[in-house]
Amino acid sequence: MGDRLFAHLLAAMAGGVLVITAAMLAALTVGAWPAIRKFGPAFFASSAWDPVAGDFGALPFIYGTLVSSAVALGLAVPLGLGVAIFLSELAPGWLRRPVGFLVELLAAIPSVVYGLWGIFVLVPWVRATLSPPLKATLGFLPLFEGPPLGIGMLTAGLILAIMVVPFIIAVSTEVMRAVPTSQREAALSLGATVWETTRAAVIPYARSGIVGAIFLALARALGETMAVTMVVGNVPQIRASLFAPAYTISAVIANEFAEATDVHLAALIYAGLVLFLVTLTVNILARLLVARAGRGPGLIRE
Amino acid sequence: MPDTTQAGVAVTADAAVLIDHAAGIEAQDVHAWFDRLHVLRGVFMTIAPRRVTAIIGPSGCGKSTFLRCLNRMHELVPGARSSGRVLMDGDDIYAPGVDPVQVRRRVGMVFQKPNPFPTMSIYDNAAAGLRLAGERDRRVLDETVERSLRAAALWDEVKDRLGRPGTSLSGGQQQRLCIARALAVSPEVLLMDEPASALDPAATLRIEELARELARQLTIVIVTHNMQQAARVSDVTGFILDGELVEVGTTDQIFTRPRDRRTEDYITGRFG
Ligand SMILES: Nc1ncnc2c1ncn2[C@@H]1O[C@H](COP(=O)(O)OP(=O)(O)OP(=O)(O)O)[C@@H](O)[C@H]1O
Ligand SMILES: [Mg+2]
Repeated sequence: MGDRLFAHLLAAMAGGVLVITAAMLAALTVGAWPAIRKFGPAFFASSAWDPVAGDFGALPFIYGTLVSSAVALGLAVPLGLGVAIFLSELAPGWLRRPVGFLVELLAAIPSVVYGLWGIFVLVPWVRATLSPPLKATLGFLPLFEGPPLGIGMLTAGLILAIMVVPFIIAVSTEVMRAVPTSQREAALSLGATVWETTRAAVIPYARSGIVGAIFLALARALGETMAVTMVVGNVPQIRASLFAPAYTISAVIANEFAEATDVHLAALIYAGLVLFLVTLTVNILARLLVARAGRGPGLIRE
Repeated sequence: MPDTTQAGVAVTADAAVLIDHAAGIEAQDVHAWFDRLHVLRGVFMTIAPRRVTAIIGPSGCGKSTFLRCLNRMHELVPGARSSGRVLMDGDDIYAPGVDPVQVRRRVGMVFQKPNPFPTMSIYDNAAAGLRLAGERDRRVLDETVERSLRAAALWDEVKDRLGRPGTSLSGGQQQRLCIARALAVSPEVLLMDEPASALDPAATLRIEELARELARQLTIVIVTHNMQQAARVSDVTGFILDGELVEVGTTDQIFTRPRDRRTEDYITGRFG
């Protein structure tokens, strides 16, 4: 009886979440409607952003969002997986707990604090320490063209990497810890080293969870606002160089929403709708993958 | 069971190609600990090559631990320690400078619950050890996979679906796949820790037959809870109680004329 009630309650709550999501989607669509009607799909291909003329296109923001997230993942995935492998397969038990605690702490820092740290520490460091050698060695690539200002795509990617790496570490460590000992022993008994065991038995078993962790990090990076807007430069342009300033969807919404009216406002909401749909999809994929990893890679028969 | 003899002959022939050498083992004063827990208290035991040696004893007496001291798997458990000497063909596998990874390559192991790699196909499972050892030649892999699957009496059942996941097989087939996986790297000894305890009686019988066949080429040490199984499958039986080897002798002698009172009590079911 109590169980039934409890189950109904939970079902109602779960249903509530769905209803809220749907309501948000509806509200965003309604708010964005003037822009959707005016620009249609061309919104995604246009680089115009002219509040005076009332002409808007989201391409530079989409570009900035995608590229800063890609840079972030490019840095955070190898680092995060390396730490996760260390914590799960190599570190002695007494080390695992404090490091895990530190990682969680890192994930709990508010993003505006990351942003401040970005402005005062990361930006000067990128300008003075990281960029010169990059320019000296790889400066012939379009990727590192132009003057390193400190603010720009590279710094945004770096700060995003620092912000998402705890998610990758925490979730991948957990899914790797969940790999049964029998799988490790199978590899070890064949004469595998610890590293070979990780590569041949642990990572394949945990791979859907690891991919889920990466997607989770991607969703976070795509949607991150405060820290990015403080270091990315907020210039809606598309440049190959990572040194150049850029702009992201969430940053432009945060910066312009207060003063926007009419089509400008609708265009911002339109951009927000796009971001919402993308992060929602990435998030759902991530959760599905992590949940699947909890049950192992499928088809396991007793 | 259709033409077991024919299957048996095939098994022996393929195992003979895979296994070029079977080692004898001599455990001398083997002790093992889990942190403070002293679970093996000085085991001496000689394991003859090309025989099935069974280890019996009540739950928790240290059978698995002893087995895992023979391929240096015990030391992988955090906090686990061991001492004593384990001679393989006269050389101590615990001597300084001996690489435990090399030891495990020479001493294969099959576990209580079948543990094929679930993301790998049947073929890839059988080839896993070779690939780990760096073998890339497709012809060598194909040949060894077929040979080890034949030697594990599994080939006829899986030859048409080598690309299917290892976990798509029945429990007994999965266990034979694990045996094939172990055989593929040409071990000198095969350790089996209650290899049939998760299987039904028919699958159990197949594993037992297989162990008998393989023992023509290979040294086999099998841990079992099941006294009938020990009697059916082994040439020599050792009885462990509370971390000590109480008695070892030919299986026939242990089951008909045990010398030690405790052995007699155990095999007649008075405790354990
Ligand atoms: N990983 C471990 N950590 C701590 N103690 C352990 C561990 N594995 C086994 N032990 C203890 O060591 C003793 C011997 O265990 P072992 O697994 O060798 O027994 P066994 O004879 O194989 O038993 P069973 O027939 O139940 O498999 C037991 O008391 C057990 O509780
Ligand atoms: Mg055991």
